[in-house]
Amino acid sequence: MYPTKYHKPASIADAVAALNGGDEAMLLSGGQTLLATMKQHLAAPSDLVDIRGIAGLSGISANGNELTIGATTTHAEVAGNVDVRRLCPALADLASGIGDTAVRNMGTIGGSIANNDPAADYPAGLLALNATIVTNTREISADDFFEGLFATALDEGEIITAVRVPAPSKAAYAKFAQPASLFALVGVFVADSGSGVRVAVTGAGEDGVFRHAGLEAALTGSMGDASIDAVDISDGNLISDIHGASDYRAHLISVMAKRAVLSL
Amino acid sequence: MSSGIGASVKRKEDKRFTTGKGKYTDDVRNDNQAYAAFVRSPHAHARVKGIDTSAAMAMDGVIDVLNGQQLTGDGIGNIICGWAITSKDGSPMNMGAWSALATEKVRYVGDAVAVVIAETQALARIAAEAVDVDYEELPVAASVLTSMKDGAPQIHENAPGNQIYDWELGDEAAADAGLASATHITSLDLTNNRLSPNPMEPRSAVAKYDDAEDHYTLYTTSQNPHVARLVLSAFYNVAPEHKLRVIAPDVGGGFGAKIYIYPEEITCLWASMKTNRSVKWTSDRSEAFITDAHGRDHVTSAKMGFDDAGKIVGFKVDTIANIGAYMSLFSSSVPTYLYAPLLSGQYNIQNIHCNVRTYYTNTVPVDAYRGAGRPEATYLVERMMETAAREMGMDPAELRRRNFIQEFPHQTPVLMQYDAGDFPKILEMAQETADVAGFPARRAEAEARGKLRGIGYSTFIEACGLAPSKAAGSLGAGVGLWESAEVRVNPVGSIEILTGSHSHGQGHETTFAQVVADRFGVPIENVQIVHGDTDKVQFGMGTYGSRSGPVGMSAVAKALDKVEAKVRKIAAHALEASEDDIVIEGGEVKVAGTDKSMAWHEVGLAAYIAHNLPEGMEPGLKESAFFDPVNFSFPSGAFICEVEVDPDTGTTEIVQFTSADDFGTIINPMIVEGQVHGGVTQGIGQALLEQVVYDEDGQLLNGSYMDYTMPRAADVPSFHVQHHETPSPNNPLGVKGCGEAGAIGSPPAVINAITDAIGTNDLAMPATPQAVWRAIQAGAKSVAAE
Ligand SMILES: Cc1cc2nc3c(=O)[nH]c(=O)nc-3n(C[C@H](O)[C@H](O)[C@H](O)COP(=O)(O)OP(=O)(O)OC[C@H]3O[C@@H](n4cnc5c(N)ncnc54)[C@H](O)[C@@H]3O)c2cc1C
Repeated sequence: MYPTKYHKPASIADAVAALNGGDEAMLLSGGQTLLATMKQHLAAPSDLVDIRGIAGLSGISANGNELTIGATTTHAEVAGNVDVRRLCPALADLASGIGDTAVRNMGTIGGSIANNDPAADYPAGLLALNATIVTNTREISADDFFEGLFATALDEGEIITAVRVPAPSKAAYAKFAQPASLFALVGVFVADSGSGVRVAVTGAGEDGVFRHAGLEAALTGSMGDASIDAVDISDGNLISDIHGASDYRAHLISVMAKRAVLSL
Repeated sequence: MSSGIGASVKRKEDKRFTTGKGKYTDDVRNDNQAYAAFVRSPHAHARVKGIDTSAAMAMDGVIDVLNGQQLTGDGIGNIICGWAITSKDGSPMNMGAWSALATEKVRYVGDAVAVVIAETQALARIAAEAVDVDYEELPVAASVLTSMKDGAPQIHENAPGNQIYDWELGDEAAADAGLASATHITSLDLTNNRLSPNPMEPRSAVAKYDDAEDHYTLYTTSQNPHVARLVLSAFYNVAPEHKLRVIAPDVGGGFGAKIYIYPEEITCLWASMKTNRSVKWTSDRSEAFITDAHGRDHVTSAKMGFDDAGKIVGFKVDTIANIGAYMSLFSSSVPTYLYAPLLSGQYNIQNIHCNVRTYYTNTVPVDAYRGAGRPEATYLVERMMETAAREMGMDPAELRRRNFIQEFPHQTPVLMQYDAGDFPKILEMAQETADVAGFPARRAEAEARGKLRGIGYSTFIEACGLAPSKAAGSLGAGVGLWESAEVRVNPVGSIEILTGSHSHGQGHETTFAQVVADRFGVPIENVQIVHGDTDKVQFGMGTYGSRSGPVGMSAVAKALDKVEAKVRKIAAHALEASEDDIVIEGGEVKVAGTDKSMAWHEVGLAAYIAHNLPEGMEPGLKESAFFDPVNFSFPSGAFICEVEVDPDTGTTEIVQFTSADDFGTIINPMIVEGQVHGGVTQGIGQALLEQVVYDEDGQLLNGSYMDYTMPRAADVPSFHVQHHETPSPNNPLGVKGCGEAGAIGSPPAVINAITDAIGTNDLAMPATPQAVWRAIQAGAKSVAAE
């Protein structure tokens, strides 16, 4: 690891100041992605601004039919939270399937979506659930937030503070894990908001998480696994790598979509 | 006897291991400690045109940056392969030069070109990145199928066409004639996938040069510290043996990868002298993936012929093996003498011929990995048997039974003389425990749930206890493969066993002590095992090839014989009895049929006080022995694997795994069971999950646990392990060795089960979900289609 300067601000304002103060300062949350990258000399932030000490950034609250999840809330907290379990059990299930216990106890929702790994789980959940990403300067809809591989709508120095998730009438997530990392080789999140079905796919897209129009149309028409058979899932723009070729991933999208629908 | 042979004694060493008090190489910190980081080639094949160290040297805290010219200039010798293989045309193998730090060329990604010595590890690594190496990239041959082609990039000047040797074993004419007489021939093309050993503790070396004494000490993660000292001294000219002490403290797993002497140990020793500092290097996992010797990597095509009665009449094998960029210490022997002599399996086959060609590639060296050669042979033979049975419409167990060797000793046509075994018996045990009779009902029940259920066998033999020195020598080995032991009975009766075997997780401190406890009836708490230090133990050949039991413990047993003989003399003299009437049991030395006795410690004391010893006897109670086996030992086993495949995703679940092993005498059933569990899990890893992938430029694509899949607890079932003991007649304890059986026998059992489930004979390891799904698509067997 290259030398770096560690900050632990107590407020967003202090965090912003620390971010602006360093040459190449970076936010640190659970560290499950960033620290490994630093150890491999693939990242070399001049300053690390650890936001886990900022009051109010962690924790989950329910307001009517809406969940607000603080940016530094760990995957384990989301997985075990009663409000999440009550209003959106699919999101709790998703969190409980991220990596392993150590990763879930350290990794955070803010860090996960800021990183926007093309195989991460949360992006699929937040996109399908039509969530809103709240930052220190604005609110961004999930549709606008996830822009591509490791790319988001965040501006330089912008800090995610929370995520707001409207409770769906029903939702489910089915994940086929990449066997080594346990990230998603293909993950499909199906959410029925009551007024329409949104289907988001992670792990498979060359441009990261995406909504699948064909599946959404078919399932909005008729919610059942039979509808999925009729959907043509093309392998265009899907990832091919040592863990799975694009045609296998296309096939898994169909299988995982069915499994999600069957568990709704 | 509660702590003797056959008792499941809890491991003595586990207190320190489970409380974080183990002492590993990286825990060593000397005064004046400095740290090494290697500058490694990012290219798989390139000419080194220049090395600019100025930026690194200018960094505060950088002590020195050293390169290969300096190393060879100081007379440090090239790294050698210790087993000479002769091609079938009589020519010697083509061993290319391997300098610990590359001088003119780099030949794999990770090949070291320079080393930075600095005040901290972090600084050394940063400075290593600042070393500017000017490379001229060369074309790359990253796989054996590429490097064997005409016009492939030439990797070593003295190996035309990249071939190292073209070797054969057996009688080709006889095998051809056998095949010609066959009424059925089964042909198979197989690959044995390339694996990364991944011991939990990465490699590490701490070298300390003492300029006042001109003496070196090396702490290192070694399975065989004495061999390390011998090679470092005799071939690499680091220091003469009496000026070099090698210590391998606790070693956290090896699986073969810690047998060899690598560039890093050599460089640390030399750099310690150059800088007059203690120099430490510890690999991280990324470095381990690109520098630890890998395992397997064979491509084989073979034919086996059968007569009307299902008897094997001929077996012909053509294997191509990847050696990597350089020949590692035992690399040449793995695809030859550790492989082809096992091709007879448990079967009475008269006509076998095997041809093996090995090639250099621009990949990290390939050497022995848990099982070493024997898994490759077993995978081939056992896939052959299962495939042949299917093709001939026979029960695969029945086909095996018809061919089993039933009389011992048995001479195969491929060098080996099997010592003992009862193959029908262990197959029957496994079949009973696995409830083979109930399989059709289980398969039908699985189908009702949409799953494809399959069952697969592997009945295998291995050669352990490497090896009779004379035989090994006649086959080209550069060393003898005996083992040494010294038994020291202290004046208070406690006992120290010095052994040249070295545990890297196997539990020698417990099992070796059990052998002593069994002999004299002393509590195992009073027995201490001393190993892993060339200053304490005079010499030894180390631990690999499941040799610590059959060879290492046998040396202990031999030394115990000598101690026992002296104890009898001392006691007979003191108790005024005849030596023949002395019995040693329960910690007492008694005169049979009388109430005369001495406590064990009284005999020890008598030996050292020496007031009343028999006329002419030397004082003291300390004996040593060297044991050179007369033959290998031959553990055998029958494994049955049952799987369920999800046809929608291709995912395989191992629902049942049954083993019946014959390890000869078992010293500690609990430890043996653990070895089987670990070995089978490793074999399941090979069969389902693991595969090193290089791209065509020789870049490693899965050099981390995020991409290289190790088996996890959830990937394996609860095993049904059982034993049948036919003691080996070739060593005093009758032990055969158990360290590798699981990894040797399990891959074909798993693949045979999956291919049974999905109805194909064409499936390669690792049988990942994608691979199985594709095989299903190709063969179109699915529950829906039936
Ligand atoms: C072994 C392993 C297995 C894993 N398996 C999975 C899996 O199955 N599924 C999955 O989805 N993920 C998986 N992960 C990733 C894990 O979920 C991480 O927690 C996540 O990617 C990053 O979150 P973090 O809190 O650790 O962020 P950090 O590593 O601290 O930061 C990640 C990035 O986000 C930035 N950042 C952090 N917080 C904020 C914020 N509030 N605002 C703006 N930018 C911010 C940082 O600057 C950094 O660039 C795995 C990780 C490991 C190590």
